[in-house]
Amino acid sequence: MAAVMPAPAASRHLLSGNEAVARAVWEAGVKVAAAYPGTPSTEMLEEIATYPDLYAEWSVNEKVSLEVAIGAAYAGSRAFCCMKHVGMNVASDALMTLTLTGVSGGLVIAIADDVGLSSSQNEQDSRYWGRFAHVPVFEPADSQEAYAMTLDAFALSEQFQVPVILRMTTRINHVKSIVTVGERVPHTGAGFRKDPARYVMVPGNAGKRIPLMFQRDRDLRVVAENSPLNFIEPGSDRRVGFITSGPAYMHVKEAFPDAPVLKLGFSCPAPFEKCRELAALVDQVVVVEEVEPLLETELKAQGIAVIGKEILPLQGELSPAVLRPAIARLLGEVLPESEATTALQLFPRPPTMCVACPHLGVYYTLSQVRNLNISGDIGCYTLGAGHPWQAMDTCVSMGASMGIALGMDKGRGESDKDKRVVAVIGDSTFLHMGMQGLLDMVYNKGNVTVLLLDNRAVGMTGGQDNPGNGRDIHGNDAPRIDFAKLVSALGVKDERIHVVNPYELPVLFKTIREEVKVPEVSVIITDQPCVLIKDYHKLKPYAVDEDKCTGCGNCIDVGCPAIHVTRRGKEVKASGREVDLAFVRIESSVCTGCGLCLQPCAPKAIEHYVPSAPIQFAKGGCQA
Amino acid sequence: MSATTNILVVGIGGQGVMTATEILAEAAIALGHDAKKTEVAGMAQRGGVVSSHLRFGERVLSPQITPGSADVLLGFESAEAMRWQHMLKKGGITLMNTARLVPPVVELGLFDYPDDPLAEIRKTGNKVVAFDATTIAQELGDIRLGNTVMLGAIADHLPFGAEVLLDCVLKRFARKGEKLVELNRRAFEAGRAAVGAAEAALA
Repeated sequence: MAAVMPAPAASRHLLSGNEAVARAVWEAGVKVAAAYPGTPSTEMLEEIATYPDLYAEWSVNEKVSLEVAIGAAYAGSRAFCCMKHVGMNVASDALMTLTLTGVSGGLVIAIADDVGLSSSQNEQDSRYWGRFAHVPVFEPADSQEAYAMTLDAFALSEQFQVPVILRMTTRINHVKSIVTVGERVPHTGAGFRKDPARYVMVPGNAGKRIPLMFQRDRDLRVVAENSPLNFIEPGSDRRVGFITSGPAYMHVKEAFPDAPVLKLGFSCPAPFEKCRELAALVDQVVVVEEVEPLLETELKAQGIAVIGKEILPLQGELSPAVLRPAIARLLGEVLPESEATTALQLFPRPPTMCVACPHLGVYYTLSQVRNLNISGDIGCYTLGAGHPWQAMDTCVSMGASMGIALGMDKGRGESDKDKRVVAVIGDSTFLHMGMQGLLDMVYNKGNVTVLLLDNRAVGMTGGQDNPGNGRDIHGNDAPRIDFAKLVSALGVKDERIHVVNPYELPVLFKTIREEVKVPEVSVIITDQPCVLIKDYHKLKPYAVDEDKCTGCGNCIDVGCPAIHVTRRGKEVKASGREVDLAFVRIESSVCTGCGLCLQPCAPKAIEHYVPSAPIQFAKGGCQA
Repeated sequence: MSATTNILVVGIGGQGVMTATEILAEAAIALGHDAKKTEVAGMAQRGGVVSSHLRFGERVLSPQITPGSADVLLGFESAEAMRWQHMLKKGGITLMNTARLVPPVVELGLFDYPDDPLAEIRKTGNKVVAFDATTIAQELGDIRLGNTVMLGAIADHLPFGAEVLLDCVLKRFARKGEKLVELNRRAFEAGRAAVGAAEAALA
C-alpha cells in the first residue's frame, strides 16, 4: 500500500515529485496508468501501482505504454503515462498523431528530464515536444506543484480534449518536499464512441484535423495568458526581471529574492503578453530555463528583448551558485567572496557492479577474449565499459546494440576484417527494442554473436518485473517469455542458441570463443538472476587463505567489489620481467559465494569462509 | 545557525545515506519547519558516491546546498567526508565515520585511497569529529545499526533537541518489535556519546 494512500485529505507529507504525482493520479480517478522504468521517472508508476481502484502496468517500452494510455483515454477513461526523457523518443510516433485525434478521457504524460545526466545517455529538453506535437506543457517547480499541476492537467486535457505533458526534471522527481494532499474524486468514463473521422488517421481524415490543432494552439495560448499557473511577482529591484519555469524558479527566488519574476507553470503555448508585461516592469529580462534556449528563442522571435544563454550555461543544472555570478557580471557588480573552498582531490568512485553480479562472469570472459568489437546497450551491464573489464565499445540507445553490431559487421573496414563483432544486451532492453534489431540481423545474414544477459529484472532502475521473469507489476504470476524460443522464432538457428550459466567461466569462455568463429548470428543467453531480486539465493561466502595467496591478482580482474588488496609487492620472473603483485582478502560479510573469483585463482587460495562468530550480513549487495 | 539550516549527508550507495537524510527531514518537519531533501544518486545503488542534501527552515526554495554553506557534514565513510569539504561554510562541522570503503578502481591500482582522510580534513582548518560507527554497531550486535549510530552522532549538532530525532528514528522500528526499538535507542545514544567523547577530547 502506498505510504500516502490511507492519508486523509488536507494532511501534509514529505513526498518526492514522483510520489506527489502518483497521489494526484489516484485522486484524479485515473483508470489506466502505464510506463516503462527509467530514471528519474520510475517511482511514479511504482507508487501508482500501490493504489487501489486503478489498473497499472509495466509496458515493454514507452511507445506501448503511451498507446495503452491512449486506448484508455479514447475509451473515455482518465489515463496516465510516464517516462524518462529519452522514452519519449520511442513513444513520439504515437504522440505526433495523437495530437490530431485528441482524447476523450483526460490523458497526462509525465516526462522526466535528466538534467545533469545523473543516469542517462543524453540531456535532451522535453519541452520541445510541446511545440513539435502542439500539446500543452506544464512545468512544476516542487512536489506540491507536481501534485497540483497533475490535477490541473487532467482538467485541461478534458476541456480541450488534448493530451497534456507534465515536464519534470530530476530535481522535481527525486526531491522530497512537503505536500498537502486532497481527496479522490472518482471519474466515470464516457465509453468509446465510434468516430472514424476523428480516430482513424488516414490522410483524408488527418488533413481535416490539422487546422483544428492549430486553432487549439491559439485557444490554449489565451488560456495560458490568463492561467493562475503563470504569475508575476513584481519584486522591488527592477534592474533585472526573470522569466523562468520548473526548478529554475526556486533557484531564481533563492538567489534574487527582490527581483521581479514571471513564473511559468503553463509554459506551452507560451503566454507572450504576460512576458511583455514583465519586460515592461524592468530594465533587463533574463530567461532562466533548463536546458535549451527554447523560450528565449521564442521571445526573441516575438521581438521581446531578453537575455538567456548568452550568460547562462547551455548544459547541466542551474543553481543559485550558477546564477549569482552570471547576473553580477551582467550588472557589472563584484560578488562578495564565497566561503566555498576548492574541493580536495580524491579518487573517483564510479558505480560498480554488485558483489556476485552474474554480469561479472560475462565481462571477465569478454575481457579475456581477443579481437572483439563489442556493441553494448543500456542497463547495469553498460558498466562493463569501465574497469577492470573495458569490454564494451559502444552505447547509444535502448536496443541499439543489435543494429549497431550489424552495421559494424557490414561496414567493417580493412583493419577490422579479422575482428569478431559481439553485441551485449539485457533481457529487458532486448524486449524493449532489441528484438526488432535481432530479426533484422538474422534476415540480413549478419555475422554477429549476441550475448543476451537475462537477469530476470530491469536491474539498473531497481529490479522491476518484466515479461522475462513471469511477474507483473504487483509481483503476481504472469506469462513468462522463453528467450530461447523467442530468438528461435526470430530465425536464429537452434544450434546457434546456447543457454549458459554465467558463473561457469570455462563453459562461458568456450561457448563465446566458438560462436564468434561461426560466420552467422549466434545468441548466447545467460540465465542467472540479478542479485538484488528475490530469485537470487545467497551461497556460503568465501575467504582467502593468506598463506596460499601468491599475489597474482587474477581474482581482481573479475571486478567483484568484495575483493580487497591487503598489500602490494613486486616479483622478478625467471625471464627477468618484473611483475606487480597484489595480495588480497575477501570481505566475507558481503560475499555471497558465487564462486567467480576462485576460478581464475592460480594457487587455489580461495576457500569457504569459516566464521569464528555468527556472520552478520550487511544489507544489500553493494557494500564493500 | 542561519535562517535555513543546511545538512549534507554523504557516503556510498547502499549505506543508507538517503534514509538517514529522510529521517532528519521528518524530524525538521515534525517541528513545523519547511524542508527539502535532494540527492545526486543516479546510479548510486551500484556503489557510487551519494550526497544527500537537507535544507530546512521557515521557507526553503532551492533544494540544493550551495558550496560553502553547509552547516553540518555527516560522513558515512571517511574518504567521502573528505570529498565534500568544500560544501561546508566557515565554522561548519564534519561528523565522520572512520570506516574506509575502498572501491574497485583503487584495488585495481588505478588510484590511491588517502592514507589518513581525517588528517587531510584537519589540514583544511574545518572542524571535524571522527568516530568508528561501524565498530559501535558491530559491538551492539548488528552492523545495520550503523545508520542509527550516525543519526545519534548528529543529534547534538542540530538546531533542535535530540529527542525529536530519536522519536523519528524509533518510529521507523515501532512495528518491528520492542527489542529492535531498544537496540536502536542504544545505537542512537552510543553515536551521541561517541561524538560527545571525541569533542571533549578535542577541547
